[in-house]
Amino acid sequence: MRIGIPKESAAGERRVAGTPETVAKLVKLGFAVSVEREAGALASFPNDAYASIGAEVVDGDAAWSADLVLKVCPPTPAEVERLTEGAHLMSFLWPAQNAALLDSLAARKITALAMDCVPRISRAQKLDALSSMANISGYRAIIEAANVFGSFFTGQFTAAGKVPPAKVLVIGAGVAGLAAIGAAKGLGAQVRAFDTRAAVKEQVESMGATFLEVDFEEDGDGKGGYAKVMSPAFIKAEMDLFYEQAAEVDIVVTTALIPGRPAPKLWEARAVERMKPGSVVVDMAASQGGNCELTVPNEAVVKHGVTLIGYTDLASRLATTASHLYGNNLVHLIKDMGGSPDGYKVDLEDVVVRGTLVLQDGALMWPPPAIEPSPKPVAAAPKAAPVVSTPKAKSKAKAKTPATVEAPAKKSPWGSIIGLGLVALWLVLRFWKGDTAPDVSTAAFVQHLTVFVLACFIGWQVVWSVTAALHTPLMSVTNAISGIIIVGGMLQARGDSGSLAVILGCVAVLFATINIAGGFLVTHRMLKMFRK
Amino acid sequence: MEFVLLTVAYLVASVLFILSLRGLSSQESAGGGNMLGVLGMVIAVVATITASAINAYVPLIAALVVGGGIGAFMAARVAMTAMPELVALLHSFVGVAAVLVGYSTYMAPPGGHAGSGIFQGEIFLDVFIGAITLTGSVIAFLKLKGKMSGTPLLLPGRHFLNLGLVVGSIVLGALFVTSDGTGGMHWLLIMTVLACLLGAHLVMAIGGADMPVVVSMLNSYSGWTASAAGFMLQNDLLIVTGALVGSSGAILSYIMCKAMNRSIWNVIFGGFGAAPPPRPAGEEAQLPEGEVQETDVATLMAELDGAKEVIIVPGYGMAVARAQHVVHTLCGQLTAAGTNVRFGIHPVAGRLPGHMNVLLAEANVSYDIVLEMEEINEDFESTDVVLVIGANDIVNPGALTDPHSPIYGMPVLEAWHAKRVVVFKRSRRVGYAGVDNPLFYKENTRMLFGDAKDSVEKMVAALK
Repeated sequence: MRIGIPKESAAGERRVAGTPETVAKLVKLGFAVSVEREAGALASFPNDAYASIGAEVVDGDAAWSADLVLKVCPPTPAEVERLTEGAHLMSFLWPAQNAALLDSLAARKITALAMDCVPRISRAQKLDALSSMANISGYRAIIEAANVFGSFFTGQFTAAGKVPPAKVLVIGAGVAGLAAIGAAKGLGAQVRAFDTRAAVKEQVESMGATFLEVDFEEDGDGKGGYAKVMSPAFIKAEMDLFYEQAAEVDIVVTTALIPGRPAPKLWEARAVERMKPGSVVVDMAASQGGNCELTVPNEAVVKHGVTLIGYTDLASRLATTASHLYGNNLVHLIKDMGGSPDGYKVDLEDVVVRGTLVLQDGALMWPPPAIEPSPKPVAAAPKAAPVVSTPKAKSKAKAKTPATVEAPAKKSPWGSIIGLGLVALWLVLRFWKGDTAPDVSTAAFVQHLTVFVLACFIGWQVVWSVTAALHTPLMSVTNAISGIIIVGGMLQARGDSGSLAVILGCVAVLFATINIAGGFLVTHRMLKMFRK
Repeated sequence: MEFVLLTVAYLVASVLFILSLRGLSSQESAGGGNMLGVLGMVIAVVATITASAINAYVPLIAALVVGGGIGAFMAARVAMTAMPELVALLHSFVGVAAVLVGYSTYMAPPGGHAGSGIFQGEIFLDVFIGAITLTGSVIAFLKLKGKMSGTPLLLPGRHFLNLGLVVGSIVLGALFVTSDGTGGMHWLLIMTVLACLLGAHLVMAIGGADMPVVVSMLNSYSGWTASAAGFMLQNDLLIVTGALVGSSGAILSYIMCKAMNRSIWNVIFGGFGAAPPPRPAGEEAQLPEGEVQETDVATLMAELDGAKEVIIVPGYGMAVARAQHVVHTLCGQLTAAGTNVRFGIHPVAGRLPGHMNVLLAEANVSYDIVLEMEEINEDFESTDVVLVIGANDIVNPGALTDPHSPIYGMPVLEAWHAKRVVVFKRSRRVGYAGVDNPLFYKENTRMLFGDAKDSVEKMVAALK
C-alpha cells in the first residue's frame, strides 16, 4: 500500500501533511511513501530530508495516484481528478461547507476521512488535528499582535522611564484561547479572559489569567465541549462588558466559534472606536466571518487607529511545527486504523474512525451517529495541557488521584446479610413446623416479617439521602422515634394498677418518654442552629 | 372498629416517621422533618392511650409526665459538646424500656397467642437485644463522659468469652422457649444477665477513637430492639419504626467505618493492633524527617494578613476546649478582611457522626462554608493557610503514605498541600489512634502549642 503526500496548492498554505520525522514513522510501519518534490519546502523540509529516511521523492502525478493520499487543505476540483478511483484520502474537508467537493469525491468512489471531524473524546486526542492547529494558531495570534503592537508586553522600569505591561483580553477560552493566554503570559502581559462556559474558569485561572464574568447567570456549555448560543439578555450584558474593557486593553484576541454557525459578533465597531490608538485586535474567527465587526478576512487593516488582524492562516504561519503536529495526527490515525499496509482497514465499529469517515467508497457516511463526548474534566484538562503545562496545573491533576472516600456506594454487606437471614429463616420455618399446617402465630409472624423487611429497605433508602452535616441530628431524631417502644409499655397498662406487669410497663413508658421528649427537643435545638 | 382506627393511626405515624427522616436530607427541610416526627409520635401515643384495653391511667399518665419532664430538662441543658454522651444515654433508655416491656409482656401476655414458641422466642430476642443495648450504651456513655478510660479493655480470650456468652444465651433461650406458662422466668433472668455482660464487654473492648462507630452501632441496636418488641407485640408500628432506626444506625456505622478504613468486624471485635502488617525486621519505625517548628500568635497573624484562602480543620480538641464560638468570631474577622474562610470536616472528626457540624452550627457558622472532606480536599493546594484546631489523626499524611501506620488507608484531609499549616495543639502527645503525625514535622507546618481557645482568643484580640 502506497501513501502519497502531494504539495499543497492553496494560496499561502505552507504546511505539508508529512514531515521527514512523521514519514519515517510511516515507512517504519511498512508503508511505501511517495512525497511530491518541494512538498515540504515552505515548511523548511528539503527533498533530501525525505529521501534520506526512505521515502520516494516523486512528481505530482505519482504522489496523487497513491492508494492513500495525505493532505492538509481540502483538494481542489482539479486535484480530485488526479486521485485514483477508489483511493483513500485524509485531509481537512469541512464536509458541512463543501457539499460540491464531497459530490466530486463520491463520483470517484473515494474513501475520505476528514481530520476536522475527529470526535472529541479522550482516546482521540492524539489525532485531534483541530486542537493541535488551534493551539498553534492561538500562539501565533499573540505573536502577530506583538509584531504590530508598539510596545513591550512585559512591564519594565528602565532608567529612561517606566513602561506599563500590555493588557491582553482573550475572548473564548478553548484550546486556541488558552494557547493565546499562555503565550501572552509568557511574554509578560497582564491577561484576562472571557468565556460563556463557566466550567473553563478554573483552566483560565490555572494559566494565571483573570477570568472575567458578567453579572448574569447562564452557562454556555453546549454539546461536545463547545459553546452554545446564549440568550439575548446575556449577550447584552456580555457586550457591555466588552465595551467597558475596550478602553483598558491593548490587545484583544477573539476565538469565539459556535459549531455550524457564522462566528458571533462580539467586538462591535463602537468597541474598536473606544480602543486606544495602537491597540491590536486579532480575530481568530475571521474565516467564519469574524468576531469583530470590522475584521477583513485574510488581511491586517488599520481602522480608528486600531490594527485589525484577520489572518485565517495563523497555523500555516508556523509551518514547521504545524506540519509536524498535523503529520503526527495523521500517523496516529493510520495507526488506529491498523498501522500496517496489511492491517489497514476502515473499521466502522471504531467510534473514532466512524466519526472521521466522510465517504466510504463513494458512499456518504457523514454525519456519523451521535456519540457522547467524554465527561468535561477528562476532555478539557488534557486538551489544555499541551498548550502550556504550568507546573501548577500538573501537580493539581496529580493531587486529585489519591483515594478520597468513595461516594457512599449503596453496596454493602448488609444486603447479603439480610438475604442470608431470609433464606435461613425460610429453612427453619420449612423444617421446624414440618408437616403441620402453620398455626396462627406463625402466619402472623411471617406477615410481620414482611413488614419488617420492607421497612428496612425504606429506611435504607431514606437514610442514604441524609446529608453528612446532619448526622448528629439524625441520631438524636432516630433516638426520639425509637422511643416508640413507649407503645409497648402503654399496652401493658391494663388491669390492676398495682400488678408487677403494669408497673414494669409504666417504668418502660417513663424511660421511653425521656427518650422521646429529650430526642425531639434536642434535635429541634440543634436544627435551629443550622443557618446560612 | 377500634382495631381499624388504631391501625390507621399507626400507619399514619409510620409514614410521618419516614418523612421525618427524609426531611433531614437538607438543612432547609430538617426542622420541618423533626416536627413531622413529633406529630407522628403524638398520633401514636394518643391513639394507643385511647385504646379501650388500657385502664391503668394513673401510673401511665404519671410516667408520661415525669418522663417528658426529665427528657425536656436534659435536652434543654445539654451542651452541644456533650451530645455524644446524651445520645449514648438515650440509647440505653431504649434498651431499658425494651427489657421492661419484654418482662411485662411475658408476665401478662396480650390475649391470643400466649405460650406459643414463636411468641416466647420474640420475647427472648427483645430482652436479649434490649439488654445488650442497655449495658453497651451505659459503657459508651461512661467512656464518652470520661468516667471510664478510653483505652480498650482487651481481656485474654475475649473472643471466646463473647462466643461463650452468645452460646449460653442461645441455650437459655431454647430452655425458655420450651418452658410453659411463666415457668421460664428464671431462664429469662439469667439470660438477661448474660446479655448485659456481653453488651458491656463488647463496648469496653473498643477504643476511644472508634466511639463514632460504637454510638452509631448502638443507635442501630436500639432500633432492632424496638423492632423485636414489635414482633413480640404484633405491632407493625414498632416494627417499622425500629427498622427505620436500625437501618439508620447501620448506615451510619458503615459510613464511619469507611471513613476510618476499618471493617465493621474489626471495630466490633478488635480495637487497634491487628490491622497493620508488622514492620520487616531491621526496619525501624522511620521517624518523620525534619523538626517540629513552633510559631507564635504574632507570626501567625502576619501570615494570615496576606492570605486569600484559609481553611480551618476542627477536631475533637476544639470541642474539648469549647473553642467553636471564638473560632466563629475569628472566621468573621478574617472574612471581613477579605479572606475566604472555609471549614473542612472529616467524617469521623469528633465523637459522633456530624458532631463538628453541630458545634459549628451552634457557634452560628453558616453551613455553606462548612464542607465535607471530599468537597474540600482538592482545594488545599490553592490554600494559603490551614488552621488545624484540635485535630490530629484526620490530617495525618501517614495514613496515605506509610503502609505500617495503624491508620494506613484511612482517607484524611490533605492539609499539608497548603502553603502553610498551623497546628493548634495542647501538647506534643500523639492522637487518639496513638500514632505519631508526620504532618508536624513537615517543612511548611508550624505548631502553636497551648489551649486552642486561648490561642484563638489571642488572635481575635490581635485583629481588633
